Amino acid sequence: MFYSEKVMDHFSNPRNVGEIENADGIGEVGNPKCGDIMKMYIKVDNGIIQDVKFKTFGCGAAIATSSMATELVKGKSIDDALKITNKAVVEALDGLPPVKLHCSILAEQAIKAALSDYYKRKGVDPEPIVGKIKDCHESCPVSE
Amino acid sequence: MTNKIIYMDNAATTAVSDEVIESMLPFFKDQYGNPSSMYSIGREAKKAIEDSREIVANCINASAKEIYFTSGGSESDNWAIKGIAYAGLKKGKNHIISSKIEHHAVLHALERLSRSGFEVTFLDVNEKGLIDPKDVENAIKPETSLVTIMYANNEIGTIQPIKEIGKICKDKKVLFHTDAVQAVGNVHIDVQDQNIDLLSLSAHKFHGPKGVGALYVKKGITMQNLIDGGAQEKGLRAGTENIPGIVGLSTAMQIACSSIDERNENLSKLRDKIISNLLKIESSRLNGDLEKRLPGNVNMCFEGIEGESLLLMLDAKGICVSSGSACTSGSLDPSHVLLAIGLPHEIAHGSLRITLSDQNTMAEVDYLLEVLPPIIEKLRSMSPVWNKGR
Repeated sequence: MFYSEKVMDHFSNPRNVGEIENADGIGEVGNPKCGDIMKMYIKVDNGIIQDVKFKTFGCGAAIATSSMATELVKGKSIDDALKITNKAVVEALDGLPPVKLHCSILAEQAIKAALSDYYKRKGVDPEPIVGKIKDCHESCPVSE
Repeated sequence: MTNKIIYMDNAATTAVSDEVIESMLPFFKDQYGNPSSMYSIGREAKKAIEDSREIVANCINASAKEIYFTSGGSESDNWAIKGIAYAGLKKGKNHIISSKIEHHAVLHALERLSRSGFEVTFLDVNEKGLIDPKDVENAIKPETSLVTIMYANNEIGTIQPIKEIGKICKDKKVLFHTDAVQAVGNVHIDVQDQNIDLLSLSAHKFHGPKGVGALYVKKGITMQNLIDGGAQEKGLRAGTENIPGIVGLSTAMQIACSSIDERNENLSKLRDKIISNLLKIESSRLNGDLEKRLPGNVNMCFEGIEGESLLLMLDAKGICVSSGSACTSGSLDPSHVLLAIGLPHEIAHGSLRITLSDQNTMAEVDYLLEVLPPIIEKLRSMSPVWNKGR
């Protein structure tokens, strides 16, 4: 199993690490059991994601996909951000090893979870807009 | 120092030593004869194998006739376990006892047997990774044919009470196999004194070449054929022998077994310095037993971070180590050994294994101790599950 140079770059120098004080939406996905937890913070203004930050507990791919996902949504409209799929994250990273694909799903879900929280805070039901946020077991099959 | 690789993953494999390479070279070049041939270069090759068998036997206080050369630890484990299991079945014995912290070569061989109708008991270990010999005794039934317990654990370095377990097996007339892949060359082994009936070993764990190992089978135990064909290895494992490998194995084993005490004194100094320094890091823990431990093994967990990230960042600094995190195993579950000693998943994901050999230096240890704490701090600062000042 080897990572692409892009993955290693985003792992070694992750973009947008941290938290946003007074964030408009915060989403956390994953589970310590899986070994991956992503927490995404967004600042929204006029329907545009002005700022995004993340904190991630996880492997190299988890950190790299979080970093890439923040890059992809930053400055985008909510509509465009919702169109970003895990596949787009994987492609932007020049691929991921098959056993790490779940990390990209987690990154997509983290964005959606943050947007879902944004709508909830506004009193809007997020599900028709954002869809259902999968829980850990759907993106990370822990076998026991 | 950053230009040089600092290799601290010696439980994975070791560098082949110069003496070992030198001893192997003639058998690639001039002495290439087939040991089954009668002319001079064939006889020389045959003699090299038999000399090697004698050396390997002497290192564990066995006799040469009891040593079979194999392709390594996994083959030896599979042969021993499946061989004894099926031989036992003919006498109506279908029960095997093992532990939850065995190497996959043992665990997966046993799982296969279990699917074929054998009954396998996987004993628990305590929080240090130690097996209680009493549990072995209590698990033995009239149907038990074999107890297989690893000598020393590859992840947490715990050394099991082999002699006590061997005594119980002897008294109960059950065969005892031990996977000693991590132990050979690091601890003194005496198969007679320790009542060991079968023992697996692998050359590349003690500066020998990869792809060669041995199985000790006590005289009088009937083994099933592993490979049918020629008369090699008493007809039990056919195929022209890996002579350079066998010679390399015996050279490496002789060097390792004759210098255990002096190497261990140095190794445990390096190990203990790493352990005592890393334990100063907040929310860190040592896995395994402090005393009954391989001299070169360090296995630690650092809360709030994941092992693969730690490993990759150390790699960027030129340090090769390993992790029990799920990510390094290709599965999503963390190490079965760390789970067996009772660690919760989230802690087990953050494990780091450092395994030293006599080729490591105090300067390398100092460099590790300089670069590791800032890496842990960096990863924790990125972690949503790490709260500062807890």
